[in-house]
Amino acid sequence: MSMARKLLPPLLSGMLFGAGLTLSGMTDPARVRGFLDVFGRWDPTLLFVIGGAVIVMAIAWRIQSRMKSPLFGQKFSLPDRRDLDGRLIAGSALFGIGWGIAGLCPGPAVASLALSPLSVLPFLVAMLAGMAVHNLFPGPMLRPQRQGT
Amino acid sequence: MSFDAFPYAQPLHGLIGGILIGLAAAMMLLGAGRIAGVSGIAARATGISGGDMSMTSAWGFLAGLPLGALAIALTTDWKAAGFASWPVLVIAGLLVGFGTRMGSGCTSGHGVCGVSRFSQRSMLATATFITAGIVTVSLMGAGGGAS
Repeated sequence: MSMARKLLPPLLSGMLFGAGLTLSGMTDPARVRGFLDVFGRWDPTLLFVIGGAVIVMAIAWRIQSRMKSPLFGQKFSLPDRRDLDGRLIAGSALFGIGWGIAGLCPGPAVASLALSPLSVLPFLVAMLAGMAVHNLFPGPMLRPQRQGT
Repeated sequence: MSFDAFPYAQPLHGLIGGILIGLAAAMMLLGAGRIAGVSGIAARATGISGGDMSMTSAWGFLAGLPLGALAIALTTDWKAAGFASWPVLVIAGLLVGFGTRMGSGCTSGHGVCGVSRFSQRSMLATATFITAGIVTVSLMGAGGGAS
C-alpha cells in the first residue's frame, strides 16, 4: 500500500473531525460541562452533535455491511468483542469523571492543539501518562484483549 | 435556530458539526476500514498500544484534528475557550487516559462509532461515561472545573 493511501484517508478524516468538533463548540470545555450540568444550567447542544454524527454513521454502517473491503485498504479492521465486563464499566466511569472535571475528551483535546496549545498541553501529557500507567497493570487483569476503539 | 428555554444552546452549530464528525468517521470506516476512535488511535500513535494500524495512518488522523480545528477558527467568529487550571487538567487527563484504555474507547469510538453500530458494549460504555460526567459536574458545580 502506498504512502498516500495510508496517509490521506486518515488525514482527511481527522481534518473533517477536527472541523466538526470546533464548529459544534465541543472544543469549548464550558459547553461540554454545560451538557453534563443537567441539574443546573443545562446546554443541550452536545445532544445535537451526537445525534448528527450517529445518524450519518448509522448510514455508513449499512453501506459497510455491503462492502467486502474498504475503498483504500485491504480489509476491515473492526472491534468484534461482545462481552460486557467490569473493565468496560469501570474504565468508562473513570473516563466520565475526568471528562466532567475538565470538560475535555481525547478528540477535542488533540484538536485544541491548534486553538489553545499551552492551555491543553497539561491535559494531553497527563492523558498519555494515564494510558501508559494502564499498561503497567498485568495484561489479563486490565488490558483490552484486542485493539480498542 | 435557538431554543427559548436554552438561549445559550447552539443546536444548528451542533447539528452541522455533528454531521461533519459523522462524515469524518464514515470516511475512516469506508475509506480505511477502521473505527475513528481518538483514544485508541492516540495510544497507537504513541506506541502505548499495539494493533495493526500503521503509524502513518495513526499520526495522519491525529494531525488532521488540529488542522481541521484551525480551518474553522480562521474562517468563523471562533472565540478562545477557557480551560481549567493545570493541576485540574492533569488529574482529569490521568483519569481520561487510564479510563479510555481500561474501557476500550472514548466519546468518538464508543459514543459515535459504536452507538451507531448498535454495539451493546459501546452503548453501555456511553451510558456509563455520560452518567459519570453528569454526577461529577453536579457534585463540583458547573463552573468549578472549566472556569
